[in-house]
Amino acid sequence: MSGAINPGGHRLSPGEVQAWRARLPAAFGPSGAARVWRVLGLAGFVAWLLATLWWFDVTPWRLWNGLQGLGVILRLMVPPSPGELWLDILKGLAESLAMAFLGTFIAAVLAVPLGFLGARNVASSVLFRFSLRRVLDGMRGVDQLIWALAYVRAVGLGPLAGVLAIATADIAVLAKLYAEAIENAEKKQAEGIAAAGGSPTLVMRFGILPQVAPIMLGHALYFFESNTRSASILGVVGAGGIGLQIAERIRVRHWDEVAFIIIMMVMMVMAIDWLSRRLRQRLIGG
Amino acid sequence: MSGMARPANGPVARMEAAFCELRRQRRNATLLGGAILLACLLMAGWVSEFHPATLWAGLPRIGEYFSRIAPSLEWGKLFAGTATEGSLAFWMYRLDDWGLLLFETAQMAALATLMGAAAGLLLAFPAARNLGLPGWMSEVARRLLEATRTVPEIVFALIFVWAFGVGALAGILAIALHTAGALGKLFADAMENIEMRPWEGVRASGGSWFQACRYAVLPAAAPDLLSYAMLRFEINLRSASVIGFVGAGGIGEELYKVISFNYYEEISAIILLVILAVVCIDLASEALRRRVIEAVS
Repeated sequence: MSGAINPGGHRLSPGEVQAWRARLPAAFGPSGAARVWRVLGLAGFVAWLLATLWWFDVTPWRLWNGLQGLGVILRLMVPPSPGELWLDILKGLAESLAMAFLGTFIAAVLAVPLGFLGARNVASSVLFRFSLRRVLDGMRGVDQLIWALAYVRAVGLGPLAGVLAIATADIAVLAKLYAEAIENAEKKQAEGIAAAGGSPTLVMRFGILPQVAPIMLGHALYFFESNTRSASILGVVGAGGIGLQIAERIRVRHWDEVAFIIIMMVMMVMAIDWLSRRLRQRLIGG
Repeated sequence: MSGMARPANGPVARMEAAFCELRRQRRNATLLGGAILLACLLMAGWVSEFHPATLWAGLPRIGEYFSRIAPSLEWGKLFAGTATEGSLAFWMYRLDDWGLLLFETAQMAALATLMGAAAGLLLAFPAARNLGLPGWMSEVARRLLEATRTVPEIVFALIFVWAFGVGALAGILAIALHTAGALGKLFADAMENIEMRPWEGVRASGGSWFQACRYAVLPAAAPDLLSYAMLRFEINLRSASVIGFVGAGGIGEELYKVISFNYYEEISAIILLVILAVVCIDLASEALRRRVIEAVS
């Protein structure tokens, strides 16, 4: 092997190899202790894996049966068909889109004042800013689907619950992003307006807002994209949109219609991604 | 300037005219954009039944609902036993059950991330365009990854609950499938960004394609792959906590039950526990990720 030949071309004697091994032990593979650790780590991993698989009752037999069931479902999915209630599917898609748009819009508008209040260079009271940020952190930790479930209980089934869930879940994240954008804004313009005698409101309007508006718009458009995805599943818990249609059709096992809806969902998401990318390029230029 | 009559086609007048023209164009563009936005909003409001009257009627109910969810804690009895109303123990009276369910949820997320990462890794090699495989292969692999990535986990879970039965297995497989799509693409992109010289070296000294993948691609991409997989674990923990809504195991099933049966205070207790668990795992995973990346690279 190449390792045993030095640049001069003569073979190293076993003694020389031993000498090199003593001088550079790391070059001859891991040491004994490292090897033991490696084996122990592997054993621990395998033990964890087996224990988890046993706990979740994952047996080859169960997997095989499930895969067979899945095969049947997949066979029933071809060819995808819109079914008789294809108008409902179109309405569900439109509803999902509308929920995403309205929810993102409300969140983006309400997040602007919250972002200003949460920014270090605008808000004066440390205590207020700290408590606002903690409240927003808590809201951010709750998944959109949980908000949707809660709003369905509060205002009833339908897309209104979905709009409110999207708006509530996104206000917190958008407010945090906006606050960071405001904190990173150039201070010179704001100082110039303040020096020329502008009130704090004028400083915000003409010194900070023009700088951060493109960033805010960009974030809002990204959120619209991601909300189009999530709005398509909020219906699973009864909050309107295409998710309701898909859940209903799975319940009655109309798999060809399920496949059709999934394809429509994917196409809608791709169309919105494309549209939002074009819009972002036009509005922000890049 | 003020006393003099300005020449009608002088540079100042032309600049003034151009400025006015520009302002008018901008105002028109703003008006048009505003009109389009307003039309979209009205349409969206109409489609999603977002009527001011409904919202107005719903607002008090929302306030009432969330105030009912909030725990009724009393300062004096905060650390009293399970039997006293207003104590922390009374609020979290089923902490042991919920703790176990949270642990199960975390295990689901871990197993799903592992399975998804393994499948994603296998598909990432054909999907990477720089490893000398035929072009159609990477196209097929990329389209496959895209398909599994675009469909939300909940939809997979709904289908898998029919195929594999109600329980954690359906949830794990649903999250794993979605993870394979998301991670496979990131893995393939990471592999496309590696230095190609080790690859050429292994191939030139007679190594097979598999050996080149093992000894040239994997070591170079390993830090990126690990970092992506661990980030994905955090995302999957969130998904695993709600995937139980459709009967696919974890704390989500319990949450769905208490929300459906209006066990008000238990809702806030479980949600708080979920948030705490997610925050803890985020912190732990970030520390671990930094250490692992340092050790690997």
